[in-house]
Amino acid sequence: MRRQTFWKFVGPSIFLMVLFIALPLASVFWQSFFHSVPSVESVEVETCSPGFPTQICETVLKSRAVLDENGRPVTTTHFVGLDFYRSVVEPDVVWQAFSSGNPAAILRIDFWRALRFTVTFTFITLPFVLGLGLAIALAVNNSTARMRGPIIFVSLLPYIITPVIGGISIYWLFVGDGIVTRLIEAMLDRNIAVMTHGWAVEALMMFYRVWHIAPFAFVIFYAGLQGVNRDTLESAMIDGASRFERLRYVIIPHLLPLIVFVTLIHLMDSYRVFEEIVAFNAQSQRISLQWLTYDFLQPDDSGNRAIGRASASSMLTMIGIVLIILPVLRRAWRDHRA
Amino acid sequence: MSDTTMRQPFGLRIASVSFLIFWSFLALFPLLWIFTMSFKLPLDAFSESALDVITGPITRERRGGISILDICIAGAIFYAILKVPGLFGRRAVRFFARKRAGLAVLGVAYAAWLYVLVTGFGVTGPSVLGALFGGLLVWLFGFSGEDDDEGGLLGTLLAAVFYVLAAGAGLWFVLPPLLSAVDSAALQIPLVDYLAHPLIGATTEHYMSVWFDRGFYRNFLNTMLVTAGVTTVSLTVGTLAGYGLARSTSTVAFWLLILALVFRALPHSVLVTGYLPPFIASRDILQPLWDAPIIGSFLGLFTATPPTLYGQPVAVIAVLVSINQPFTIWMLRSFFQSIPKELDEAARVDGCSDMEAFRRVIMPVMWPGVVTTGLFSFLLAYNDYLICSLLLNSQNQTMVPSITQFFNSETTTTDQVQAVAAAVSITAPLFLLVMAFQKQIVSGLTAGAVKG
Repeated sequence: MRRQTFWKFVGPSIFLMVLFIALPLASVFWQSFFHSVPSVESVEVETCSPGFPTQICETVLKSRAVLDENGRPVTTTHFVGLDFYRSVVEPDVVWQAFSSGNPAAILRIDFWRALRFTVTFTFITLPFVLGLGLAIALAVNNSTARMRGPIIFVSLLPYIITPVIGGISIYWLFVGDGIVTRLIEAMLDRNIAVMTHGWAVEALMMFYRVWHIAPFAFVIFYAGLQGVNRDTLESAMIDGASRFERLRYVIIPHLLPLIVFVTLIHLMDSYRVFEEIVAFNAQSQRISLQWLTYDFLQPDDSGNRAIGRASASSMLTMIGIVLIILPVLRRAWRDHRA
Repeated sequence: MSDTTMRQPFGLRIASVSFLIFWSFLALFPLLWIFTMSFKLPLDAFSESALDVITGPITRERRGGISILDICIAGAIFYAILKVPGLFGRRAVRFFARKRAGLAVLGVAYAAWLYVLVTGFGVTGPSVLGALFGGLLVWLFGFSGEDDDEGGLLGTLLAAVFYVLAAGAGLWFVLPPLLSAVDSAALQIPLVDYLAHPLIGATTEHYMSVWFDRGFYRNFLNTMLVTAGVTTVSLTVGTLAGYGLARSTSTVAFWLLILALVFRALPHSVLVTGYLPPFIASRDILQPLWDAPIIGSFLGLFTATPPTLYGQPVAVIAVLVSINQPFTIWMLRSFFQSIPKELDEAARVDGCSDMEAFRRVIMPVMWPGVVTTGLFSFLLAYNDYLICSLLLNSQNQTMVPSITQFFNSETTTTDQVQAVAAAVSITAPLFLLVMAFQKQIVSGLTAGAVKG
């Protein structure tokens, strides 16, 4: 394909990606170092009220927004360096926590709390997603052809359902008078409140994520299982390999590229964990990095959004993404040169 | 080697089947449970006994319910609805695929859409843009349906839409009076009357109050607007790019794909942080364009002053399309790579330009890949919470973010059941989608993995 035609085909897509992905990224980077505020000037205002024998006058110093000749407020922008980053990370408190020998104290800061949750969440759910996905794939592969269609249909539902809605539907099972809570109460014969415990909410969010993503792993692994070489399996059997050994030495190595693929997708997606916090109404107990930025962007009572701090926390979140994606990029580059 | 050596021991069989049953239960239970709850009065929905939630004795007493007879009749009708496409589907598809019939139906639908846009949303930039994209759609489908003996995508799509609308309307308007008539008739006959007594309590009042009293239909329309826009635009742009990337071996193409991979990994909140300030201030930022001599007078035809992009569905459409682009082009590229290169080379030997080769040779065979990718674009737009909740105001809000309004006001148990009903309303279309497109979804999920 000639170069010119290539650009004709790819052009619109690149235009959109530059305008709505690359430019916003650059502007977030810029916003995290510069603070822009509407200029304010102080003016002396004299207010008089009628009185006897003379008017009672008082002068007060009032601040008002500076307007330009078109009547729009003028904003001034100045470089603030790492101030926004400092207000998000709070290095002083971190330093104090470590020097006083109480590192757990840094979890009182939102950013570290969010980072702790995001990382634990990502890495604890991963083995469960892979394991459950592989188990379903193997079981479906063992089952009769008549069962497969319905099971694939049922399995796709948790994956396709809107994440917030899927999360809420599990939340409702466990909330105060939810049916599962009632069931546990009947078994233990005492009142419990699942949602008041931070760890319980965290475990439920992880359960939801495994429930939601395992079907994806299942579909990928199931497709991979169709390509397992039967001859290799049979020769392994002649050599006396047990069922488990065949799984360990033939099937798993065959699926390995797919396991890497699912791992990568899962790391990228669960690092962005957000919807769970909304669905489980967990913001007072557990927050994630993406939720932190979301929270900065929500207008506060006076309608202001903390854009600067949101930008700083966005840039910090990006570092994690780069770390996750770096091995992939290096491999892709090696493959491309080879 | 025969199958007997591959046969599994009995114990393993039992274990694997019971594991599958357990998983199916786990996968379905939360969804089935909120479905059940949504049809019950609060006293039943939050009852202590699980059996009461399912049968709903209080709902049955106060609002009535459905009898065995109802279940049988409704089941038969649903079965017929599922079977009819298999019997008459092909003929219907062929009818709609005839260019004139198809275009007539499309034209009517298009006019209706335009009418809604003009009356409901006012003649603004978004509606004009929407109309332009609608025109593009008619044009695209207009010639894809040509001389295809199976009926082609256009016919299938139109027949499906027509059928779903007809079946939906039939169920909504015909089924309830039919059931009550049958029940009251059956109650007169001894012995049969046991079947006609309400057995399971059910009421649709929560759905009624959510959709009509609390204005959920407006959120539904917004969702339709956003998803339709995102799907059509991202497919149009993505198909071209996917084809270009699949047929190019240059280093530039490689770097574009890698860049797209990086973009795919970005958290959406990072991007929204970049959008919010310019979107809120867009009126001032765009003013110079409107003041410019020639462009300004052209833009002035749409709106007199530059729009504030914050809160506009069209801005959200553009954002979602762009965020979705990396995924779309990766997926479409792998579909285009499965189309043999010889096909377009042969077309070029016959004297087609690249564009013509794409239009005449590739477009007729690319639809399975496009349908699959379209499904995933639809899902992204439909399921999005973060972007819509930050970039849309409450009037233009889509369904998923607006659900928080229901459980923020969770003061009474009635409110809670209404929230459940809203959640089920959001889930139902996805359920149908999986039913209709199971094969495409599976092939789409695996398409990305093949390349690794």
